[in-house]
Amino acid sequence: MTRKAIYLLLATLLAVSPAFLNAYWVDVLNNVGMYALLALSLNLILGHAGLFHMGHAAFYAVGAYTTAILNTTYGIPVLWLMPVAGLMAGLFALMVARPIIHLRGDYLLIVTIGFVEIVRIALVNNVFGITGGSNGIFGIDRPFLFGFKIRKPHEFFYLIWGFMVVTVFLFHRLENSRFGRALNYLREDDVAAEGSGINTTHYKLIAFVIGAVWAGMVGTIYASKMTIIAPESFNFWESVVMFMIVILGGSGSIRGVILGAFLVIGLPELFRGMGAVSDLINNVFSGFGITLDLDFSNFSQARMMIFGAAMVIMMIFRNEGLLPPLPRKYPLKKIREEMS
Amino acid sequence: MSLLKLDKLIKDFGGLRAVDEVTFEVEAGDVFGLIGPNGAGKTTVFNLITGNYEPNGGDVIFDGTRINGLAPNKIVSLGVARTFQTIRLFKSLSALENVLSGAHCRMTSGPIAAMLKTPFQQREEKEALKLALTELDFVGLGDQAETRADGLSYGNQRLLEIARALATKPKLLILDEPAGGMNEQETDALIEIIARIKARGITVLLIEHDMSLVMQACEKLVVIEYGKKIAEGLPEEIKVNKKVIEAYLGTEDEEDETCF
Repeated sequence: MTRKAIYLLLATLLAVSPAFLNAYWVDVLNNVGMYALLALSLNLILGHAGLFHMGHAAFYAVGAYTTAILNTTYGIPVLWLMPVAGLMAGLFALMVARPIIHLRGDYLLIVTIGFVEIVRIALVNNVFGITGGSNGIFGIDRPFLFGFKIRKPHEFFYLIWGFMVVTVFLFHRLENSRFGRALNYLREDDVAAEGSGINTTHYKLIAFVIGAVWAGMVGTIYASKMTIIAPESFNFWESVVMFMIVILGGSGSIRGVILGAFLVIGLPELFRGMGAVSDLINNVFSGFGITLDLDFSNFSQARMMIFGAAMVIMMIFRNEGLLPPLPRKYPLKKIREEMS
Repeated sequence: MSLLKLDKLIKDFGGLRAVDEVTFEVEAGDVFGLIGPNGAGKTTVFNLITGNYEPNGGDVIFDGTRINGLAPNKIVSLGVARTFQTIRLFKSLSALENVLSGAHCRMTSGPIAAMLKTPFQQREEKEALKLALTELDFVGLGDQAETRADGLSYGNQRLLEIARALATKPKLLILDEPAGGMNEQETDALIEIIARIKARGITVLLIEHDMSLVMQACEKLVVIEYGKKIAEGLPEEIKVNKKVIEAYLGTEDEEDETCF
C-alpha cells in the first residue's frame, strides 16, 4: 500500500512538474521519457528473456525513418504513422533476428552490435535513395492530436509521458501473463523451458518483435519532436545507453528501468549546472578573503567516468540492478477458496 | 498397442556408440524401469525419447506417432514429460511459477490477449493456477507455493520437478534418477508418489540407481550396458539374471585377472 502511495505521489509530481520548469528542463524530462520508453521495450528482450541485445537503436531508426519518409513524401500525419513505424520495425526485427535467434550470450551481443552499424551505414549511404544520406531527412511534421498541434516541450511532455502510461500499463500486463512467464523460463534455463513444453525459439522471436514495435513507435515520436533526423542519432552509443539503463535500473523491472532512465539521462544534465556551483563556492570563500579557483564546469564531461565507476560498483554490490523486479503476485487465497 | 516403442535406436557421439540398437516397449499404465551401470547410456536413451538428441538410427514411436527429430517442446505437448538428472528448476522463480511452466503448453493465450486481458485469457490463467496448485498439493508442496525454487530442500526440489512435469498433463512421465540425493524417508515418499501417479493412469519410465526403489516401484525392467540391452523382464527375474549381476559386480574371471 505504501509503495502504491509513493508511486502515485511521484507520478503526480511528474505530471505537474512542467508548470514549474522552464522549457530546457521539460525537454530534459522528455528525453528521459523517450529513453525510458526505449529501455522498457529493450527490457522485454534483455531483462525478461535475458537475450544480450545491444542493437536496439537499429529498430528505433527503422521506426523514425519510416515516419520521416512517409510523412515527408506522402504527407501522412505523423501520429497515424506510429503503428506503421512499429509494424515496420517489428517486421525488420523478425527478419534480422530469425537467423541469429539460436545464438547465446556474448555471441548474440556481437551480432546485434552488427545490426546497428549495418543500419547506420545503410542510412549514411542513402540506401534505395530515400534516406537522405548523412544529412538525413528534414521537414518532418509536428504531431496533431485532436486538431491541436504539438510543438513546445511542454506539449511533447504530455505526449511522451502519456505514451509512457499506456506502455507501463500494457507491459505490466504482459509481465504477469503466460507470455511474460515464458520469457523468464527461457532466461533461467532454456533446456528446462524446452523440456517443459515451451517453444523457446518462438518466444525469443516474439520478444524481439514486440520490443522492436515499441522502439519503432518511439522512433515516430522522436522524428516528429526533432523534425529532422540523421543517421548519427541512431549509432551504437544509443544502444549502449539503452542497455545501460536496463542493467543499471534492474533487469525485468519496469520501475527499475524508469529510475535507470532518470539516472543515466537526467543526472548528466544536473552535472552540467556544476559550473554555477563552483562559482558560488569561489564567491563565498572570496568573501572571507580566501581565494579559491574551483571550476566544475567541465564536470559533465567526467560523467562517463562516473557512470563507469557506478556500473562497476553496482555489479559488485547490487548485481540485480537498483530496483530489481518483485516476485509476481497471484490470487492464491481466492483460487484456494474456489477449489475447495 | 504399446505407448512407447524404441526400435533399434542408435546414437553415436563421434566414434563412440552410446546407444546401440536398443529396442523395448513400454505398455500403457506400467511403471517401467531402465537400469544399468554408470555410463551405460541410460540418460542418452532418455534424451533420445525427449528430443534433446536426435538418433543416428532407429525409431522412437510414441502413441502411434514417430517422434524422433521433433523439437523437445513438441514432444512435451504430445504427452511426454520429463525430469532432469541434475535438477533444472527456474531457480529465481517461485515453486508455483515453476509448475505453471508445465501448464504452459496446455494454454493458448498470447501476448495480445494478455495486453487486452480478454475474458478467455483470464479464465485460462485461473485454470492454470488451479492446476498448478493441484499438482503442488499432489507432491506435498502445496504450502510452499510462494517459496523460491532455490529456497526448497534438495528432496523438495526433486518433487517440484515432478509437479512441473505433471502439470503438462502427460501420458508418459520420464523420471531421470528421481531419488538421487534423497534420504530414506524421502525415497519412501517418492515411491508412494510414483504409485499415485500410476493410479492416475500415467505411465512412468524411470532411470534409477537405487535398487530398492527400482525393485519396489517398477513392474518391468530393462537393463542396458555399454549402450546395449542385456536383459529385460520382471524385477524378480532381473535380480537373478546372470548377465545383470556380471554387469553390476563384474565376473569372477575379471576379478582373477585384476588380482595379478
